[in-house]
Amino acid sequence: MSVLLIAEHNNSNLKVFTLNVIGAASKIDTEIHVLVAGNKCESVAKEVAAVSAVKKVLYSDSPNYENYLAENLTPLIVKLATSYTHIMSSANAFGKNFMPRVAALLDTSQISDIVKINSADTFVRPIYAGNAFATVKSNDKKKCITIRPTSFDPSPSSGGSSSIEKVQAIDIPNVSKFIKREETKSERPELGTARVVISGGRGLQSGENFKLISAIADKLNAAVGASRAAVDAGYISNDHQVGQTGKVVVPDLYIAVGISGAIQHLAGMKESKVIVAINKDGEAPIFSIADYGLEADLFEALPQFLEELNKLNTIQK
Amino acid sequence: MKILVAVKRVIDYNVQIRVKEDGTGVHTDNVKMATNPPDDNAVEEAVKIKESGKAKEVIAVTIGEEKAQETVRKALAVGADRGIHIKTDSYLEPLGVAKILKKIVEKEKPDLVFMGKQAIDDDCNQTGQMLAAMLGWAQGTFVSKVELKEKVIEVIREIDEGLETLEMNLPAVVTCDLRLNEPRYASLPNIMKAKKKPLEQLIAKDFGVDISNRIEQLKVEEPPKRKGGVKVSSVAELVSKLKNEAKVI
Repeated sequence: MSVLLIAEHNNSNLKVFTLNVIGAASKIDTEIHVLVAGNKCESVAKEVAAVSAVKKVLYSDSPNYENYLAENLTPLIVKLATSYTHIMSSANAFGKNFMPRVAALLDTSQISDIVKINSADTFVRPIYAGNAFATVKSNDKKKCITIRPTSFDPSPSSGGSSSIEKVQAIDIPNVSKFIKREETKSERPELGTARVVISGGRGLQSGENFKLISAIADKLNAAVGASRAAVDAGYISNDHQVGQTGKVVVPDLYIAVGISGAIQHLAGMKESKVIVAINKDGEAPIFSIADYGLEADLFEALPQFLEELNKLNTIQK
Repeated sequence: MKILVAVKRVIDYNVQIRVKEDGTGVHTDNVKMATNPPDDNAVEEAVKIKESGKAKEVIAVTIGEEKAQETVRKALAVGADRGIHIKTDSYLEPLGVAKILKKIVEKEKPDLVFMGKQAIDDDCNQTGQMLAAMLGWAQGTFVSKVELKEKVIEVIREIDEGLETLEMNLPAVVTCDLRLNEPRYASLPNIMKAKKKPLEQLIAKDFGVDISNRIEQLKVEEPPKRKGGVKVSSVAELVSKLKNEAKVI
């Protein structure tokens, strides 16, 4: 057995989720090879080579790989796949885009968005938006797998010095062209991938009061979320909404402030590792799923929270 | 210009699903079914392109049991011209679905194939990409804006970092995000008219492609119930617990 893992990067830095995929791959086999395909991205190849769990880096350099178009990456991955039993990447916009293309050309049925590895062929994945979990066994010889990054611990990013093998870029189909990428400008991490999320609800009473949330978000390097009620009330824009009709988040720490905990909101955050609820209504449903509940007036609790955090000098970024 | 739209019948998104006690799946008997939500966006976009005069025909296709026809009828009621129902009583994996759709594409020769980015039942997010790969076509996934030009289509994709614009040669596959448009409702007269529109029925196993499932579903379970934790009495205690017990800050 051996794993071919496709690294996500921006040609200068490795995207951290790749480390979570490496962490997941380590549960399948120790022979982990990582493909770094991009344009002038040698620094990324070196970064991956330093990951102790990685046995070999396959480095393919071409302007055609600069914007990781699925159409362009797929022929290279399919060619390399011959020597591997598992092809893995993250179940985010990057991996979701190209992996089914690879699977189709290998005539293998992809296993999407796994959250647990039982064995080299048996996995657990959420279905119905996480309202059920299916344990599935793949009978294909080659397995194409995307993993939910937040469900696996990241592999340590140092301690290794694996070889970097150059791989020739191959012909691309020339059917699509990258025009531009507009990255949402924010000093804060993105909601869908942040390690910490702090969300505000109707209890905030105004958009202005969200600055109490933002101040803590800045301190914890957290993303800012909101309940649908807060979005509907116009306190904050739609793209911050956490819930069934907004974003589903699975951070290490989720802090719900002034959020009662409607089913619609819980569907978007209940898989978070640690949940904190701050609400003045002790009967609010959010407390029934919170690991730590604080029954308090948020307008008093939030400034105190910030003060306590300021006392700690070891905030993890 | 001809547009093929693939639609899937799933449990209605408003229904709270129930896992079967024996772990073999979820209850579907007497459960309200509907078109997969982003597939409605796919139909809407195809119909809008036709209304703008840029397309001549919109064909809706579905694969599934007898009742899956309802999903095609709904597409016909909002403006698709004709439908195709490929009948199968067994669950097909996206790989099998893509193989059958490829056969339909080879026969119908559309310039564009639209479908939802993901089905809300198995949450696979694969069929569009697989179909594009099998055809050797360009793909635009998670698309929230479409602009049809001469011989190319420009799409805006929702990606983790923000938005990405691609230009794709035609023919191409586009998988639609919920933000793409606001699907219209079918009016009663149009629902009646849709009953007279042609709907061809074919049988999945007659396609001569390998649609065998490769993945065994061993069991389906409810998510672990989350137990409430403790109430803390002060902010200081909360921060201390987060730091020393949960170790998340």
